[in-house]
Amino acid sequence: MPIKVLVTKPGLDGHDRGAKIVARALRDAGMEVVYTGLHQTPEMIVTAAIQEDVDVVGVSILSGAHMTIFPKIMDLLKAREVDDIVVIGGGVIQDADIPKLKALGVREIFNAEATTQDLIDGIERIVAEYGRDRTRRAAAHAR
Amino acid sequence: MISHRVHRDLARAISSVENRIVELPAALRALAAHGHVPASHHSDVLGVTGPPGAGKSTLVDRLIEGLRTAGETVAVIAVDPSSPFTNGAVLGDRVRMQRHAGDPGVFIRSMASREAGGGLAPATRDAVRLAEAAGFDVVIVETVGVGQIELEVVAVADLILVVTVPALGDSVQTIKAGLTEIADIFVVNMADRAGANRTALDLKHMVHEGRRDIPVLQTIAQDGTGLPELLATIAERRGAEDSNAVRAVRFEVVRRARDAAASAALALLNSPDALAVLERLRAHDITRNDAIDSLLTIFGGPVHAH
Repeated sequence: MPIKVLVTKPGLDGHDRGAKIVARALRDAGMEVVYTGLHQTPEMIVTAAIQEDVDVVGVSILSGAHMTIFPKIMDLLKAREVDDIVVIGGGVIQDADIPKLKALGVREIFNAEATTQDLIDGIERIVAEYGRDRTRRAAAHAR
Repeated sequence: MISHRVHRDLARAISSVENRIVELPAALRALAAHGHVPASHHSDVLGVTGPPGAGKSTLVDRLIEGLRTAGETVAVIAVDPSSPFTNGAVLGDRVRMQRHAGDPGVFIRSMASREAGGGLAPATRDAVRLAEAAGFDVVIVETVGVGQIELEVVAVADLILVVTVPALGDSVQTIKAGLTEIADIFVVNMADRAGANRTALDLKHMVHEGRRDIPVLQTIAQDGTGLPELLATIAERRGAEDSNAVRAVRFEVVRRARDAAASAALALLNSPDALAVLERLRAHDITRNDAIDSLLTIFGGPVHAH
């Protein structure tokens, strides 16, 4: 089954060229990409992640607001009792912040130097590790 | 009332049938076991179809707004195309429907069309049944941007809106078979563009010459113009279209029979008798037409395609 990914851009920054390039690269790698467009609130992102039941949420942040946005996303996911959707980030994120984000539960950060191939490989690896759990859970859910 | 938990359970149930982890009855039982809705609950299913870029998603966003204002809960199943080359897809219909986030009365799910070619995804029909079982009052099915013959929404929806835009062709387009035959309501969107009245008039003439009474409405989904009239027309027609049940069943029976016949034919092509025929064709013992006739005879007597 194809990997399903949400590609989303929170906050006020209006630069979605990178997110669109990522969406297209993931599509070409055979993934089903839900693209939300710009100016997403954490509520919009979590709503979309749950309704679309994606494997991975990819959040692109260039504005520097990552230390405010990611905690809100992770808190909302917890509040909605979702623990099987992986959150990753990309954009301009200082090295010093990466451990803090990972401590919040953000699984991986792909910085500006990462190629689209790095991203594809990373998502495939993450889903290979987590995906079996999701499949098992879906089957258990229907039993 | 529909809760956030229902969203999560419904979303997972749709994934489980979409990825063929379970069949629909098991997924329905699972939703029921979570205690959501009485089994007798019925949703009205609204189909929204039309060519790419006609404004279907923007119109659906407006319909959600109107239905919510009237106190109804709404689930949307929005289909976008899969690549026939990589199987990948970019699903972008949500972009136009963002303002309902956080409202548990609105559930929006995108689906990639995968291998299906009729304007829906293979599991769209199942997803509609699951949304119904989750208790939504209205389920809106938005097809991929269609041409003239992707009509599968007929088998799923109770009421079909065919959305078009001005100046896509002359009046001959309106009498061609296919898309125009499945409309219960015509919507000429982007009605502020040149040629809107002409397009609406062509459609009205076509309707007038036909047997069914089909409203032709003009909208500007972007700013909501014409939406009150459209919502009123939908309200008036919901549940009134008895002929759609017959139409839907006929279409679905033909589709399933065709799918089954195609599967059977593919299986039989690998039988020893069929392989022997193909071997004779390869050896130039028989012509292509001879080979086709022999194979069809093997499949159950002479079959004539015309």
